[in-house]
Amino acid sequence: MRQDDLYINKIDWLTIAIYALLVIFGWFNIYAAVYDEQAAKSIFDFSINSGKQLVWIGTALLLITVIMVADYRLFENLSMVLYGIFLLLLLITPFFGKEINGQRAWFEIGAFRLQPAEFAKFATALALAKLMERPSFDLGQAKYQLQALLVIFLPVALIMLQPDTGTAMVYTAFFIMLYREGMPQRYYILGLTFITISLLAIGVQNNLYIVIGVSIVVLILILMGKKKLSRILGLSLLGLLIIGYTYSLDYVVSKLPDHQQNRIMVLFNPDLDPLGVGWNVTQSKIAIGSGGFLGKGYLEGTQTKFDFVPEQHTDFIFCTLGEEFGWVGSFVVIFLFCALLIRLVYLTERQKTRFSRVYGYCVISILLFHFMINIAMTVGLFPVVGIPLPFFSYGGSSLWSFTILLFIFIKLDSHRIQLLGRMG
Amino acid sequence: MNDQRPFIIIVIIILVGVALLTKLFLIQVVDDSFLKRAERNAIQRVVDHPYRGLVYDRTGKIMVYNNPIFDLMIIPKEFNVKDTTKFLEIFHISKEHLIESYTAARKYSPVKPSPLIKQISTTDFARIQNYLIDYPGLFVMTRAIRSYPQPSAANSLGYIGEISAGQLERDTLKYYRQGDYVGLSGVEGFYENELRGVKGVKYKMVNVRGIDKGPFKNGEYDTASVAGYNLTSTIDLDLQQYGEMLMAGKRGSVVAIEPKTGEVLAMISAPSYDPNLLTGGKFSSNYLELSQDESRPLFNRPIMAMYPPGSIFKIVQSLVGLQMGVLTPNTTFSCNRSLVACHNHPSPVNLFGAVKYSCNPYYHQAYRAMINREVSRNTFKDTEIGLNAWRDYVVKFGLGGPLGVDLYNEKGGSIPSSILYDRIYGPGRWKYSTIYSLSIGQGEMLVTPLQMANLAAIFANKGYYYPPHLIKAIDGDPNQIPVQYRTKKDVGVDPQHFDLIQDAMAEAIYGTAARAAIRDITIAGKTGTAQNPQGEDHSVFIAFAPKEDPKIAIAVYVENAGWGGRAAASTASLMIEKYIKKEVSRPALEEYVLIGEFN
Repeated sequence: MRQDDLYINKIDWLTIAIYALLVIFGWFNIYAAVYDEQAAKSIFDFSINSGKQLVWIGTALLLITVIMVADYRLFENLSMVLYGIFLLLLLITPFFGKEINGQRAWFEIGAFRLQPAEFAKFATALALAKLMERPSFDLGQAKYQLQALLVIFLPVALIMLQPDTGTAMVYTAFFIMLYREGMPQRYYILGLTFITISLLAIGVQNNLYIVIGVSIVVLILILMGKKKLSRILGLSLLGLLIIGYTYSLDYVVSKLPDHQQNRIMVLFNPDLDPLGVGWNVTQSKIAIGSGGFLGKGYLEGTQTKFDFVPEQHTDFIFCTLGEEFGWVGSFVVIFLFCALLIRLVYLTERQKTRFSRVYGYCVISILLFHFMINIAMTVGLFPVVGIPLPFFSYGGSSLWSFTILLFIFIKLDSHRIQLLGRMG
Repeated sequence: MNDQRPFIIIVIIILVGVALLTKLFLIQVVDDSFLKRAERNAIQRVVDHPYRGLVYDRTGKIMVYNNPIFDLMIIPKEFNVKDTTKFLEIFHISKEHLIESYTAARKYSPVKPSPLIKQISTTDFARIQNYLIDYPGLFVMTRAIRSYPQPSAANSLGYIGEISAGQLERDTLKYYRQGDYVGLSGVEGFYENELRGVKGVKYKMVNVRGIDKGPFKNGEYDTASVAGYNLTSTIDLDLQQYGEMLMAGKRGSVVAIEPKTGEVLAMISAPSYDPNLLTGGKFSSNYLELSQDESRPLFNRPIMAMYPPGSIFKIVQSLVGLQMGVLTPNTTFSCNRSLVACHNHPSPVNLFGAVKYSCNPYYHQAYRAMINREVSRNTFKDTEIGLNAWRDYVVKFGLGGPLGVDLYNEKGGSIPSSILYDRIYGPGRWKYSTIYSLSIGQGEMLVTPLQMANLAAIFANKGYYYPPHLIKAIDGDPNQIPVQYRTKKDVGVDPQHFDLIQDAMAEAIYGTAARAAIRDITIAGKTGTAQNPQGEDHSVFIAFAPKEDPKIAIAVYVENAGWGGRAAASTASLMIEKYIKKEVSRPALEEYVLIGEFN
């Protein structure tokens, strides 16, 4: 029993406190999002989503208890098994799942609906941690790079079958973890350049500007460096490749299904179609923007109460916060998320095993990605992708999966001494 | 190498937070357009339409009121009926109508109200009211339409209708909105600002589907509507109805004025229409039908029809001559029929005789004396100066321009000046022999029936008038009516000149309009005949009575009814009796007018 005393004392209560604050604040916002003045129900009423969320919170507490009392070695030992189970689940989801909004992403068990793709995230994180735990594992080598990418992209491929682009996109977050674990920096520079050019290619209407811009950059690079023929040829070829890519991307976009094309175009100009595709973004920005500095007050947000923003209790929950609590409320929540993430970086860096560290960075990666993309989407900085705000958005699958994800790490962290001992 | 990477990750986390907070600061604090868009989204401005003012006649009888009509509305989503047969029975509609309306309503919006049964009568409403509670999704919406208990005075009262694009543009104060109802003609049009009241505004919140979610900020910014003012008309509804009855089947006008005040007691335009036709949902189709009717029921003859004044104008000539000093009561001219035709009467005549016998040659000669005063040696120039000087006297009688009655589209008639003849004949190319027709009220001269009635009032008042008007009090206060109707206008002729005229008019009717005489009321009158090149002349008569203390001045036009002594004089006489005695004791004369065979 001495061991138990030991790990309880090592639990990072600050992380748990931030988690609790976010969950409770989220729960109040869910109530505001579904609140109807003329048929006001209690926040505890199980017929509305705030009541249901309370059930999810209660069961999440159960999950936390289970995780905290379980043997800390269990997660490492079961990591590959869990990964296998979820791959299997993802494989059968498109066939046995319930179709909602054109996606087969949900399993229905009685009154409950579960989304395997949400849970596959922590299983993938455990599998990655297990994979990279081996002392020989070196991300500097192509062989290991491919192994890691395989573990990441297997679930992505299966999720694309549903198809759920938003959730699949989340898996790119693991590149943050890979960066910390030594993935060569040049990949990231290349990747960011690629993304920047892609955004420019789609966003800038006239490709001529890009041609001119690229030509100028190439010319400057040629003039500044050594005047070697091979270098001049190489740079020129690169410039031509970029220009060719720009034109081919426009072509590809024009061949995309209309709704995806629209989602991309509306990002660059949400007023293009304020009542159609731009509706979500426009209404979301109106709700948040009308909040002002201090907000309209709890349960006073007209856009929120009167359902102007679709999906407000789930993916667009930030609108409620923005409208009713203003910039100050937004600041508090963004501050809490940043504090949580930085705290997690701190905790992860003190891990003594690579398994815990890799897993910790997986948690950071996924939370950062969700947090950034979700809020960026509600303020119109990113196209609308259906991913929830961690701990805040309504939904059992989302709350459970983020809780499991986080608390496995808290559990691992609380046992960091024993893990060190084992390694030693 | 990897040692710096955790810090880079921390920097990225902080940058993400700062970027999001900056963007949020821009849209939440810096840019206030979202707040306005949010209000446009969720706050709906609902106009609370005020109760339009009523119109009473001079005796307190209601002329125009607001009649509530009821529309049964349906909200398809909430609508639920178990026993359809019973439902159809209660609401008196067919199954087809129910299905059709329900489908249309559902198509429009499942959650917004649409009409199921339009314009339910008050009795039906009372019946179904008790059943409404059993049927969710049904409710009654009340509207008000203008209603007229008596189908009278349609052209004077006017009508209301949807505001036109042009009116909206001219409404610089932006009071009106598309779809608002405004007075378009008659009293409704002229007193629009008094009748309409003040709109109220209610701010209510709506959700994304436009469904009412209650008042915004508990109605803090709402304003209540203020009802329009009630008007008291100068019209005597009994007299008006009696006149309309007499004029039934004829074309023409009757205008009766209280001389001392200029209040219009009756203004009849025949043929007319039932004002109830131009209310509510039937407005458009009925309006189209009325406007295409070749008898022109929408043409307000008393103020819009123009005729030559004929013999009646001789009274004006007499008064102008007396005032100018050209004529005296003793001025005598012979009835020289080589100048202009006349009928048999003693000759020569003095002024009294000229009025009494309506002697054309007398006025031919008298008018020449008024026009050619030898101010200039040039006879053309002399005529021009004389005509314009004479015209200055005549227009003071309220002729040659609109009197300014409180109705729109009043015509002014015309009294020619030298400008007109210069245009027709060229300057210096016309003289008295060109314009002598004016002496007997013919030629280039036009008056409206209203101007003729006003002339009668001037003769009764011995030289002044108040501009005729149809409204005597606003919100019960006589001082609220426009100031011009409370301002006496002097015609510039000394009162003593009228004595001779009044005596001659009183005597004249025994000669030319014996039918008009009433045993115990002294009527002073003058017949006239408005020449009509298209057909039978129009019968004209003006009068006032009692001569000693005039209570009523009247002008009657009966188109195509021959000379004034028959149709017009008889009608005027009956109107006078009706107004003064409140009842008519001459059924034979009444029948004669009603049958209407005057020629």
